[in-house]
Amino acid sequence: MRHTEICIVGGGPAGLTAALRAAALGAAVLLIDRNDYLGGQLIKQTHRFFGSKQQRASERGINIARELAYAVQEEEKITVLTEATALGYYKDGVVLVEQNEKIIKIKPKKLIVATGGAEKTLLFPNNDLPGVYGAGAVQTLVNVYGVKPGKRVLMVGAGNIGVIVSYQLLQAGVEVAGIVEAAPRIGAYWVHASKVVRAGVPIYTSHTIKRAWGESEVEGATIVQLDENWQPIEGTEKDFDVDVICLSVGLSPLTELLWQAGCKMEFVPELGGRVPVRNENLETSVPGIYVAGDVSGIEEASAAMMEGALAGLNAARALGYNAPDLLQRKAEILKELEGLRSGPVGEKIRTGLAKVTC
Amino acid sequence: MRVNEHPILNFTKGKKVKFYYNGQQLEGYEGETIAAALHANGVRVMRESIRLHRPRGLFCNIGNCSSCLMIVNGKPNVRVCVEKLQEGMVVETQRGKGELK
Amino acid sequence: MLAQNGVPAPEDLAEVMPSEERLARGPVAMAECFQNIPCDPCYHSCRRQAIKPFSDINDRPQIDHELCNGCGMCLSRCPGLAIFVIDQTYGEKEALVKIPYEYLPLPGEGDVVEAVNRAGETVGEARVAKVQSGAKLDGTAIVWLVVPRELSMEVRHFKIKGGR
Repeated sequence: MRHTEICIVGGGPAGLTAALRAAALGAAVLLIDRNDYLGGQLIKQTHRFFGSKQQRASERGINIARELAYAVQEEEKITVLTEATALGYYKDGVVLVEQNEKIIKIKPKKLIVATGGAEKTLLFPNNDLPGVYGAGAVQTLVNVYGVKPGKRVLMVGAGNIGVIVSYQLLQAGVEVAGIVEAAPRIGAYWVHASKVVRAGVPIYTSHTIKRAWGESEVEGATIVQLDENWQPIEGTEKDFDVDVICLSVGLSPLTELLWQAGCKMEFVPELGGRVPVRNENLETSVPGIYVAGDVSGIEEASAAMMEGALAGLNAARALGYNAPDLLQRKAEILKELEGLRSGPVGEKIRTGLAKVTC
Repeated sequence: MRVNEHPILNFTKGKKVKFYYNGQQLEGYEGETIAAALHANGVRVMRESIRLHRPRGLFCNIGNCSSCLMIVNGKPNVRVCVEKLQEGMVVETQRGKGELK
Repeated sequence: MLAQNGVPAPEDLAEVMPSEERLARGPVAMAECFQNIPCDPCYHSCRRQAIKPFSDINDRPQIDHELCNGCGMCLSRCPGLAIFVIDQTYGEKEALVKIPYEYLPLPGEGDVVEAVNRAGETVGEARVAKVQSGAKLDGTAIVWLVVPRELSMEVRHFKIKGGR
């Protein structure tokens, strides 16, 4: 049995920030991640981030990942286990971890779950053909391994991920035939949309994919226009000669550990599915278990980093660690988070959070 | 198909290695995943679905979804999207649930 | 319309366009940012305080075109690549449009390229006057395009001939 003060599951933007903030207050942290690298999905974000200067706006995600991972590795109070997968949480407070085909039992005083999210799929005929990918999957293939998924892509979903991945495909020299979006409006920030449109990628709002074509792999796709009740309009079908279909239709939180721990969960569509009820300190209904990042509700990396900072501070504080300016630091993070979520594009998140924050 | 030039990224490749896909010798780089190496060689079909025997490929590419299970060095149900390529690996299309030898 | 197809409408553009009189006096930045999103690097990048202070991070950039000298500092800092510099005094019948550009290959100075509008359509030809790139710009090159003056409010992208 390995004992630690704080165990953090997940080394993405939320987990890394949580580890740094908790360690800075003096807490001993054990950070585990199933990958052989730290940074989570940040390591493939080649675009410049939005946000404020304090939140490293205008820096590229990949650079932020590198800096955070380096800081974590330099911090003496943090022990990192990579290629380590959390398999379960037991009622005596033990986290079961597999690393190199060996089982490790970890008994932390506080647990921060920062496991992130998983891409959703969409129902349509032939959606299981090779060549249909999650948009994030293609982003990993192209930006981490430098490998193209195919020659010509149809993107489904014009939210930030769909539009950003389309842009990144163009940057890698892959053709993007178009982006379809079932909603009548583009969900991505319009500046992202304008960037791909001027590069020659049309965006079809009020359209959806009707089916994929192909024998053993994707060879084409048909899209169709939707009416105001989101019903297909017959006769508006368009065929696309594509060998890749990317689905960017949202993420759902990876909450298995929270369910096992008996955390109270609520279904909140605005946050991507079932998410834990939490208080302002990001502590769940099970005392000592904290959440940060997409596992607590799908948002984006800047918010995940701030939630990580909050969870790290609060978990360390609950262990008795303190600093003269701790409350001030906490107030600053809360204020920044509020600012980030305060505008019209943050409305969905605000509505969702109001349902699960007590 | 590999990305030849990129405005933001520099791809540092590992050592070039040989591996086998259904008996055919292919090349990839150490440090990349089996799935990435297969894609670079134009291979996108990874297994057959259990009941209807439909072709299945990569979907999430980060170890969540199990769409990409293949037989690697005789071991079935390996998620090739997170398993790293090594010299001489024997990779096969998986049909059915897989059996441990 | 912007929310439907990603192409700003003439009325959107009219809101952020420098005046004719200001354009006649030399280079000036134009921020084609039409949505209240949480983002403020442009404000912090401006050394002349020509971008008005944000009272809220979701504010849209407001460029004081009188203070702006078209230096282009904000171009490479905008995560949305939504700021352009226009110089209508570049030549007798020609204008200069500076465009943030994150693709390869970069064009060569003196090359003639296809001039592309906000909808991705080729509207004419442009000559590349200069290409700024390098470590400091961190992957966001600034391409200086010389276009017929009447196209200076149209051209926002380009295609290398025979390429994408």
